[in-house]
Amino acid sequence: MAHAPEPDPAASDLGEERPKWDNKAQYFLSCIGFAVGLGNIWRFPYLCQTYGGGAFLIPYVIALVFEGIPIFHVELAIGQRLRKGSVGVWTAVSPYLSGVGLSSVTLSLLISLYYNAIVAWVLWYLLNSFQHPLPWSSCPPDLNRTGFVEECQGSSAVSYFWYRQTLNIAADINDSGSIQWWLLLCLAASWAVVYMCVIRGIETTGKVIYFTALFPYLVLTIFVIRGLTLPGATKGLIYLFTPNMHILQNPQVWLDAATQIFFSLSLAFGGHIAFASYNAPRNDCQKDAVVIALVNSMTSLYASIAVFSVLGFKATNDHGHCLDRNILSLINEFDFPEQSISRDDYLAVLMHLNATWPKRVAQLPLKVCRLEDFLDKSASGPGLAFILFTEAVLHMPGAPVWAVLFFGMLFTLGLSTMFGSMEAVITPILDVGVLPRWVPKEALTGLVCLACFLFATCFTLQSGNYWLEIFDNVAASLNLLILAFLEVVGVAYVYGMKRFCDDIAWMTGRRPSPYWRLTWRVVSPLLLLTIFVAYLTLLSQKPLSYRAWNPKYELFPARQEKLYPGWVLAACTLLSLLPLLWVPGVALAQLLTRQRRTWRDRDACLDTDTS
Amino acid sequence: MLWLLFFLVTAIHAELCQPGAANAFKVRLSIRTALGDKAYAWDTSEEYLFKAMVAFSMRKVPNREATEISHVLLCNVTQRVSFWFVVTDPSKNHTLPAVEVQTAIRMNKNRINGAFFLNDQTLEFLKIPSTLAPPMDPSVPIWIIIFGVIFCIVIVAITLLILSGIRQRRRKNKEPSEVDDAEDKCENMNTIENGIPCDPLDMKGGHINDAFMTEDERLTPL
Repeated sequence: MAHAPEPDPAASDLGEERPKWDNKAQYFLSCIGFAVGLGNIWRFPYLCQTYGGGAFLIPYVIALVFEGIPIFHVELAIGQRLRKGSVGVWTAVSPYLSGVGLSSVTLSLLISLYYNAIVAWVLWYLLNSFQHPLPWSSCPPDLNRTGFVEECQGSSAVSYFWYRQTLNIAADINDSGSIQWWLLLCLAASWAVVYMCVIRGIETTGKVIYFTALFPYLVLTIFVIRGLTLPGATKGLIYLFTPNMHILQNPQVWLDAATQIFFSLSLAFGGHIAFASYNAPRNDCQKDAVVIALVNSMTSLYASIAVFSVLGFKATNDHGHCLDRNILSLINEFDFPEQSISRDDYLAVLMHLNATWPKRVAQLPLKVCRLEDFLDKSASGPGLAFILFTEAVLHMPGAPVWAVLFFGMLFTLGLSTMFGSMEAVITPILDVGVLPRWVPKEALTGLVCLACFLFATCFTLQSGNYWLEIFDNVAASLNLLILAFLEVVGVAYVYGMKRFCDDIAWMTGRRPSPYWRLTWRVVSPLLLLTIFVAYLTLLSQKPLSYRAWNPKYELFPARQEKLYPGWVLAACTLLSLLPLLWVPGVALAQLLTRQRRTWRDRDACLDTDTS
Repeated sequence: MLWLLFFLVTAIHAELCQPGAANAFKVRLSIRTALGDKAYAWDTSEEYLFKAMVAFSMRKVPNREATEISHVLLCNVTQRVSFWFVVTDPSKNHTLPAVEVQTAIRMNKNRINGAFFLNDQTLEFLKIPSTLAPPMDPSVPIWIIIFGVIFCIVIVAITLLILSGIRQRRRKNKEPSEVDDAEDKCENMNTIENGIPCDPLDMKGGHINDAFMTEDERLTPL
């Protein structure tokens, strides 16, 4: 049987031996840390709740089995076999495909830019959590000190702290405003921390990953235990996990499940390829892929339990306060003794009073308090972390402790994902050998981190948050889908399924089963294509708009829907197209070089013939 | 006749102090909310204390130093506990302007709160906004202190890592030259020793000749 030759280790890294993991645990934790990120905490629970609770798990598991795990296995296997970063790997698969590697590097760079800006925000909140009372617990008084600041009064103390005291957000994307110095400091600190951990590649990240990958699990466990003991937690959990099967008829659910799995595993960044390239050649990457993907999904579920028990507590709390405010209005109006109406009696008393004094009751500012309305208030992304959760933490006894734990967890989650993104950029640069040999690795990582920091300062402007949303929605999603498609097709058809199966048999000791071959050949590429087309159609249907925080808006505190101006749309198109240009660009360049070589050889032959 | 006068006076007083009267203020107390089990009952003695506090506040206003407790009138006490009050002038025929009363109460709100163990939320003077406490701004915000500590630690760690990296690289550059020196020495000794390579003998130490004995043979199997 044809046996793939063992790859020559000495040929890879500039004549020196390629660095390797100290032990398997470091590699495992690095991959898990890279895959488990902020999305597991603030995207998955939101999707679960929006799409019918337990029912969402069905499309999620299907997407995991037919798309997530196969592509993940391809990345690990190809990195481990060819022992190079993404650029080297795709050049080895086919010189025409090396553009895929370059696109991965560009994308990882772009994503690191805005991802670390989010980590900087988390750091800001973490630094502000070391005080009691927490700064977002109350509105600051206005200049006369007769009341609170108007903007804060109109929205809430938590929103005011996020939009005004943290971001100092502009009302429109056109006015960039000035750089917020406190955010700049936090950004510098987060890039300094990233540099400190990535300075010598996996040698340093391998040591730090023990903390950054395991600390979130510790905190999640603490939150699960604490959350489940909070009053109202069970209501939140029941609301979350009650399956609503009818929602599965909506195609949007399947699309979101597939994209969630894809982005959750951090595929097509090149980070997993880089990590796997430092492995021992004979390592069971198949088992690794399955285990890491399952751990990632389990973490999402575990996080949802923690998040929703806390949000259920918050909803119950808010519902109780709503009732209390109504009761107070009634007591004050009719001069009843204090605490004479309990929350349970409220409705009966209200009906009685409405019958006897309808006019007086009508002029009271009574709100309808339904628990379901409060449970429905969910959010994803920064809204969950910086508004909903911060408010929930305020009501828990010992609020600063919980705030520190929560933001510490988010910080380490973000950091471990940053390690993967940085490795995805640095490993290919080192492998390609662009820099001369005397340039130490520390200098290269320092240069990359410094450049990223300087570019990311645009996110500390007053319109920075709007730009970050653009990066998040446009730069990342579509490009990664296309790259993953090219990866699977490149390995399955260009590299050759037989050759790939031989490699895996050599590395793991057994040939891949028909499930793998079928998914690599047919199912995953088809799924990716469908998702891509569906994504494009959805994007083109509604005009690109953003929601601005404008205190002068009539419906404030609701966010104002505004359309993107022309130049922003042009920037969006550039952002989404430029990274992918490497693929056709490099393929074309390769074609031309080959053509020129064949012409030169032909001319040389003709010359020798004639001479 | 005296009874008639008495009724007349109380009637006038009643007219001066009425819900919604000119220069009258409504006060609302939430004693049970503030103190829970330690709540005291609101009786006439407490009302007397209240009148005393209002009179005290008015005495702090210039030109009103002669205000007496009897000039403060309370009416419409409900179970809530809420009531209305007015402050009359020494002739007890007119009420003092609301602006003066308002300023006086605002200046001394803390003392009034303290007398009843309440705060601005549980002792409300409707229509008199309380001055909010200034925000507790320490001279250096806490976050900057913690930021400074973390940043310094990170910079020190980076410097140490870079320095250790430079040291490692220097050691690696020195090693090939040291190995070359050792080989030269060995070659010199070789030429002295008739060309017999001394390296293998030196490394083995001369005790065990590995060509003839393995580890297993030393242990006799049972």
